[in-house]
Amino acid sequence: MKIIKGQEIIEDSWTRVADEDDLPEGQVIVSLARWQQDRESLLSRGNSGLGVALDADHHAEDIADDLEHFDVVALNFPVFRDGRAYSVARLLRDRYDYKGEVRATGDVLRDQLFYMYRCGFDAFEVRADRSVEDALKAFDEFSVVYQPSVEEPLPLWRRRSS
Amino acid sequence: MYQYDKFDHQVVSERVNQFRGQVERRIKGELTEEEFLPLRLQNGVYLQLHAYMIRVAIPYGILSATQMRRLAHIARTYDKGYGHFTTRQNIQYNWPKLEDIPDILESLADVEMHAIQTSGNCIRNISADQLAGVAGDELEDPRPYAEILRQWSTFHPEFAHLPRKFKFALTGSDNDRAAIAYHDIGYKLVANEAGEVGFQIFVGGGMGRTPMIGKEITPWIEKRHLLAYTESMLRVYNGYGRRDNKYKARIKILVHEMGIEEYRRRVEEDFARSIDGAMNLEDSEIARMQAFFAPPTYEDAPAQDAEVNALLESDKKFAQWYSRNVEAHKQAGYALVSLSLKTKGVPPGDVTADQMDEIARIADKYSMGQIRTTHKQNLVLGDVRIQDLPDLWRELKKVSLADPNIETITDLICCPGLDFCALANARSIPIADRILNQLDDLDYVHDLGDIRMNISGCINACGHHHAGNIGILGVDKKGEEFYQITLGGSSQTDASIGKIVGPAFSYDDIVPAVTNVLETFVSLREDDERFLDCYRRVGMAPFKERLYENN
Repeated sequence: MKIIKGQEIIEDSWTRVADEDDLPEGQVIVSLARWQQDRESLLSRGNSGLGVALDADHHAEDIADDLEHFDVVALNFPVFRDGRAYSVARLLRDRYDYKGEVRATGDVLRDQLFYMYRCGFDAFEVRADRSVEDALKAFDEFSVVYQPSVEEPLPLWRRRSS
Repeated sequence: MYQYDKFDHQVVSERVNQFRGQVERRIKGELTEEEFLPLRLQNGVYLQLHAYMIRVAIPYGILSATQMRRLAHIARTYDKGYGHFTTRQNIQYNWPKLEDIPDILESLADVEMHAIQTSGNCIRNISADQLAGVAGDELEDPRPYAEILRQWSTFHPEFAHLPRKFKFALTGSDNDRAAIAYHDIGYKLVANEAGEVGFQIFVGGGMGRTPMIGKEITPWIEKRHLLAYTESMLRVYNGYGRRDNKYKARIKILVHEMGIEEYRRRVEEDFARSIDGAMNLEDSEIARMQAFFAPPTYEDAPAQDAEVNALLESDKKFAQWYSRNVEAHKQAGYALVSLSLKTKGVPPGDVTADQMDEIARIADKYSMGQIRTTHKQNLVLGDVRIQDLPDLWRELKKVSLADPNIETITDLICCPGLDFCALANARSIPIADRILNQLDDLDYVHDLGDIRMNISGCINACGHHHAGNIGILGVDKKGEEFYQITLGGSSQTDASIGKIVGPAFSYDDIVPAVTNVLETFVSLREDDERFLDCYRRVGMAPFKERLYENN
């Protein structure tokens, strides 16, 4: 599957593992429930790559103490109108200083990507029936933003004189 | 007023291009209507009963004459020659073509206007006291803070997909003209015990099917924390507000179900962790914004004018207009003048393109080129010399904008209703028109004093019926329009929610029912008592008894 990472299209190297499936070798993303249940065995896999997937009703606090173990946090959008994951991403970056990948999954469409990016998402699984190439254009639509956000630490009022 | 710099211009012009692209993708079928819907809504574009509608933001109700001329141009070029001023100080056009909307937005951008976030589940246009900066009873002008909030909320990435729409209102006065208690968040500039001015904040007010009065979340926060505190309030709502049922998704339901204490605890916990972060407002930024709203240079104009005094004696029509539509200004020699948009035969809030051009010309001539819109769907000229009142009145009369009915029973708030709106159950504009026709005896109307009457065509309450001293709510009963009457609502400082009197009235019976309520009031009233005070004194019973005595 092709995804957007760092504003480029790449082949995804991660495997999302369903709760009932055996863990394959390599980089895996598991659900929060599986992480909570199989924590020890997941950690014993060494550093082959571990990610956790949160649903929209989960909160950043649910994984705040475990972030050092995750290379990827995947946040699901059950429908593009559901904006809860924006706050989760923001808190992961700003409050918990998480440096790994924050990935948008689910109903991920071009017109939401710029907001997601500004909240700290850096990887995007664009919905399968949509063009990834088209979605890339979302990052160029705005050159000015008012608020501080993950990519711009200062509010516009402190940048006006430039 | 606020002036855009290169950054603000860039934001609105990039928005025009983005929306132009979205419209093209919709027309080509690359976007489904479901996917296009939240995109167009966040740009104020609705699909109504007959056509698309576009709602244009008028931040905190301030318009320049130049902007008003552009609104006239848009009405003439892209619509049917009129526009409709709304209860949130905005203007909407009922008949644009979808493919013209990008051009409308471009035309607006030229005069520093936009339609960003005038609908959708996001932070909407910020409203404020229409007399901000000119009212004598004001502690401090709220508009600099309204503009700071406007910029902060514009394309805020974290809050673009909230559970439901979100409305802010601000006032700097003890006399609430902005209905802050009925907003998702209401801000009031107040002084603490040390005399330092900050914000008292209310949360969870609203109308709709579950009307609620906002609750105080903090009695006072420092000005520099305005944005950080607001961001924490929104973050808790974004994370915990209900998304399972759109009728329970407003913040008022979250605050009600969670309790204000628990909501406050979560907000303050989040706020404590961001308190001195990037959102801290420096004094220099507040001062920069205040400079845009600094008082104009007033002349040393006389407080008394011989012609005004003579007309007050000799011309009853002028005296009636003066008594209802002219208010004291904080500056001696000046006055505040309301232009009523409640005229017989015209839907409340509607203004023609020709009237808009005249308003712009009149504002340039008599009021420093500025116009204010009110949430009661009227306009205000904020800086009129008292000596100019007679000439102004004559000019306003020529364009039917001098109806002397401000804050009377006929100054009613009314939603578009079933004549335009896809949500409505019943017509509201024809009810307003019949009431205006029924109550055409100005002496009687003036004798009744201040009465707020509000009409909504459905339970969504866009006509603010809950906040009417007399409220009318259109309902559908087996395909027939019926109307409930509520009494005792108010959106002022002592806000209250109106209560339903009894069974609904038919389309034919509703106007006689309103006159019945007024007759009851007249029979019960003590001296010059206001309707609301009378109702609060005597209660519902005598009104109910008289309304249903023949049943």
